[in-house]
Amino acid sequence: MSINWYKFSAPASFYGLAGRLAPWFAWAAALLTVVGLYLGFFVAPTDFQQGEAYRVIFIHVPAAWMSMFIYLVMAAWAAIGLAFNTRLSFMMARALAPTGAMFTFVALWTGAFWGKPMWGAWWVWDARLTSELILLFLYVGIMALWAAIDDPRRGDKAGALLALIGAINVPIIYFSVQWWNTLHQGSSIKPTGSSMDEVMLAGMLIMAFAAWFYTAAVAFVRVRRIILERERHTEWVKHVLESA
Amino acid sequence: MLGFLLTVIRRDLLLAARRRGDWLTAQFFFVMVVSLFPLGIGPEPELLKRIAPGVVWVAATLASLLSLSRLFADDHRDGSLEQMLLSPEPAVLLALGKAIAHWLIYGIPLLLVAPVLGIQFALPAEAIGVLVLSLAIGTPILSLLGAVGAALTLGLRGGGVLLTLLILPLYVPALIFGAGAVDAMLAGTGVEANLSLLGAFFMLSLLVAPWVSAAALRVSME
Repeated sequence: MSINWYKFSAPASFYGLAGRLAPWFAWAAALLTVVGLYLGFFVAPTDFQQGEAYRVIFIHVPAAWMSMFIYLVMAAWAAIGLAFNTRLSFMMARALAPTGAMFTFVALWTGAFWGKPMWGAWWVWDARLTSELILLFLYVGIMALWAAIDDPRRGDKAGALLALIGAINVPIIYFSVQWWNTLHQGSSIKPTGSSMDEVMLAGMLIMAFAAWFYTAAVAFVRVRRIILERERHTEWVKHVLESA
Repeated sequence: MLGFLLTVIRRDLLLAARRRGDWLTAQFFFVMVVSLFPLGIGPEPELLKRIAPGVVWVAATLASLLSLSRLFADDHRDGSLEQMLLSPEPAVLLALGKAIAHWLIYGIPLLLVAPVLGIQFALPAEAIGVLVLSLAIGTPILSLLGAVGAALTLGLRGGGVLLTLLILPLYVPALIFGAGAVDAMLAGTGVEANLSLLGAFFMLSLLVAPWVSAAALRVSME
């Protein structure tokens, strides 16, 4: 079966697809969260160095991954939108940003809870913390720009440009803040193999997939709202609203 | 093409010369912000020397934003920006010329004032030299990136505050390398690494920022 992708680049047909997919993604996210948290909190062994406090990684690490990944996806949608002038791409970028900002905040928040017992401080000016904080600022800036521009077309493109220039800047910011002595522990997952217990790793990866499915589900729901709002003058939206 | 660029720069310089109050405000803002820090922190020379690079650099970024909010606004209001965009000359040159003019008007005076502030903060002579050098490489970055923000927020309500939200995170590398160079000088380690990275960031900004500003101008004028 071949899928006609161009068909779904039209907001009207994507509206239906997103509506059908969102519950599946939401259920997958819920199921994976239950499994991941069970593994993380009940099955995974206690860390010999960090005790029970390490268990925050089952939320912290997936949130930190997603915060960066969502920014990249958002910038990619922005680039596609600018290149092909597709309305739906900009709507996807707008639908992703709040979730990205939420995960950035969660990563910082849970990181603080982990840092207090481990480092003895809620906050240290370490490279990863600082770049995560600046990532949050970038999300806030883009959302503020979208909020300030009333004309949707202008807002779409202006936000997309800012997202792109931010995406170029993110690695530079990351390497520039690495100039400080870093307190943050190095990455435990390396291409050559992991230093983690297998159950811990499984729990963390499952939670990462849960976060991914959650993001997709929320983005689909949000993009449906945006589509309805933008296309409210069209016939098909009137049909949808009447039948609802 | 070069003629168009020079015309844009000359026009902005002429406008600035006719309205001195506009850019002098940003300079005095810079001096005042820096001077407030000793009042808030205390007059110990050792402490002041320690914080001087960061304070001067942060004040420089804020002063740049203060003057950037008007970079395109006046031309937008009287319609000349639209005319310039309609001309057959590339919009990239317009954006680049505007950023260069902004740097000449805001950056050069800042470089002249910075040594005096360095003396106020008890910086040794060679550290003042590095401070001026880092500002000379770094302030063009602020003008180039800031022009993107100014173009994006053109004609929006509360554009000035929004501009700071958008652009300050992008200034972070310039701030770190710029202030880091002076810190390295004070610590007795080499300044080349920081200055080289600052120079690389300047080159990258020069390559990318004018195109993005030009695209942002077109979006804002649609």
